[in-house]
Amino acid sequence: MSNLIEIRWHGRGGQGAKTASLLLADAAFNTGKYIQGFPEYGPERMGAPITAYNRISDEPITIHSNIYDPDYVVVVDDTLLDAVDVTAGLKESGAIIINTTQDAEFLKSKLNGYNGAIYKIDARKISVETLGKYFPNTPMLAAVVKVSQIMSDEAFLEDMIGSFKHKFAKKPEVIDGNMAALRMALEQVEKVN
Amino acid sequence: MGIRERLSGNEAAAYAMKQINPDVVAAFPITPSTEIPQYFSMYVDNGEVDTEFVPVESEHSAMSACIGAEAAGARAMTATSANGLSLMWEMIYIASSLRLPIVLSLVNRAVSGPLNIHNDHSDAMGVRDAGWIMLFSENNQEAYDNILMAHRIAEHKDVQLPLMVCQDGFITSHSIENIELEDTDKVKAFVGTYKPEHYLLNADEPMAVGPLDLQAFLFEHKKQQAEAMRNAKRVVKEVSEDFERTFGRHYEFFERYYMDDAELVVVAMNSTAGTAKAAINELRSQGIRAGLIKVRMFRPFPAEEIAEALKNASAIAVLDKSDSLNGCGGALYEDVVSAMFTSNIHVPTVNYVYGIGGRDTTTDHIKTVFTDLRMIADTKDIGNPYRYLGLREE
Repeated sequence: MSNLIEIRWHGRGGQGAKTASLLLADAAFNTGKYIQGFPEYGPERMGAPITAYNRISDEPITIHSNIYDPDYVVVVDDTLLDAVDVTAGLKESGAIIINTTQDAEFLKSKLNGYNGAIYKIDARKISVETLGKYFPNTPMLAAVVKVSQIMSDEAFLEDMIGSFKHKFAKKPEVIDGNMAALRMALEQVEKVN
Repeated sequence: MGIRERLSGNEAAAYAMKQINPDVVAAFPITPSTEIPQYFSMYVDNGEVDTEFVPVESEHSAMSACIGAEAAGARAMTATSANGLSLMWEMIYIASSLRLPIVLSLVNRAVSGPLNIHNDHSDAMGVRDAGWIMLFSENNQEAYDNILMAHRIAEHKDVQLPLMVCQDGFITSHSIENIELEDTDKVKAFVGTYKPEHYLLNADEPMAVGPLDLQAFLFEHKKQQAEAMRNAKRVVKEVSEDFERTFGRHYEFFERYYMDDAELVVVAMNSTAGTAKAAINELRSQGIRAGLIKVRMFRPFPAEEIAEALKNASAIAVLDKSDSLNGCGGALYEDVVSAMFTSNIHVPTVNYVYGIGGRDTTTDHIKTVFTDLRMIADTKDIGNPYRYLGLREE
């Protein structure tokens, strides 16, 4: 399966990394792909490191294990850089996408000599500006779509508005803010190495 | 073609139950099957089903309520995992001996202790001799399809046995994947209506259910149960063939993957079979004649057919996701080697206990098994037949 894309998410309990992985699976599914979206369940506590995964392919996926050599890693919280070996197995042909305000030198110093592409995005700023609260998963979702090019920006935004209408059927006032967060993230995710 | 969707294994099981709309669902939540009664109770609340939902206070009561409902003449379903099944233990045997075709979704999880919520098959293996038909599912699709077939098999007049559909806890129960769903009207037409021959609420035929059964008759009743289990084989085949005619997806007692010319063969159940397929694809591209038997129907065990399917192999590894702690191999291994021996087929066969308590099993693990099988085939020396896969500090 040469077209198989594997993504690993690192977040902290409560930040929505699991939800983001499921939303990414949904969006890819809606563009006709075969998908897997699954979290690695451990002790479920707010703030504890959690891992979630995606496989996305043009062909059926039969493999059922965690992902050890991902194409992309998404780090939803940069304090995890000190706690988790986030680049473990990450392909240098792929990329890591980090929610951070730190500069390239700092990030490189935390990534155990990883030589692949490093992207950063200030998901906190985007989230606070568009949603008034800190929900990093929405901007991170857009960032990984942009970097991995799993689908076009337009197809992604079109699909997400449908998802949000469904997900937030009881509070439609947050749909515009979430869509703004996605658009801003698509523009602001930045390659730093 | 079915309806293209994406669901977790638990969602798929609950959706099948919604389409079947059984008379009674009695369940008590336990990880990782909790979502099944959770989603189902939502369907009850929304009025999407008219099932009598019994939110009991324990799994023992869940199975007891299903037994009462089935004995009364209703179609009953439940779901559980691990220690939930352990607590049902007494009633599991009563359900099968009373010949009540209850359908249970078993989302496989390690039985305590020490406490572990993750997947292995120790719960299912604990009831392998309890007189239930047991179907295993590689993914959400197979869990869904097996549940759609379950009542037709269990309720058949020559069978009348309870049936459990197994899938791997978290690994498939909590993974969102593509699935083909079927139209609800077509599902209802396929599953049909339950018309029991004898039931408690039939005023024209007063009867007792589960009375004392001593030396004079219990033996004969057990023989009838065994006979029903043998009959189940034919009925599973018939229903699976009708399922394929109706919905287009093909099921047998077990799936043969690259078995036509396979020299080195792995036998496995549930999600690891899918991982093994990915490993086999890689090995085949290197010219290695690797193959897989994925057991779907574990009870009744398709002994003759499996022996026949394995007879041309040079070396075989049977993967058990439960340790029988008996000093002589896991449950699936015992059944496979016993089936081959009885059919006078003698191929070097080893056992791997793997994935205990949710230990992750990768394509690399499966590839090491095939490397071992190569050596066994070449040297004709099986070495230690009782092995571990993925155990640390081996």
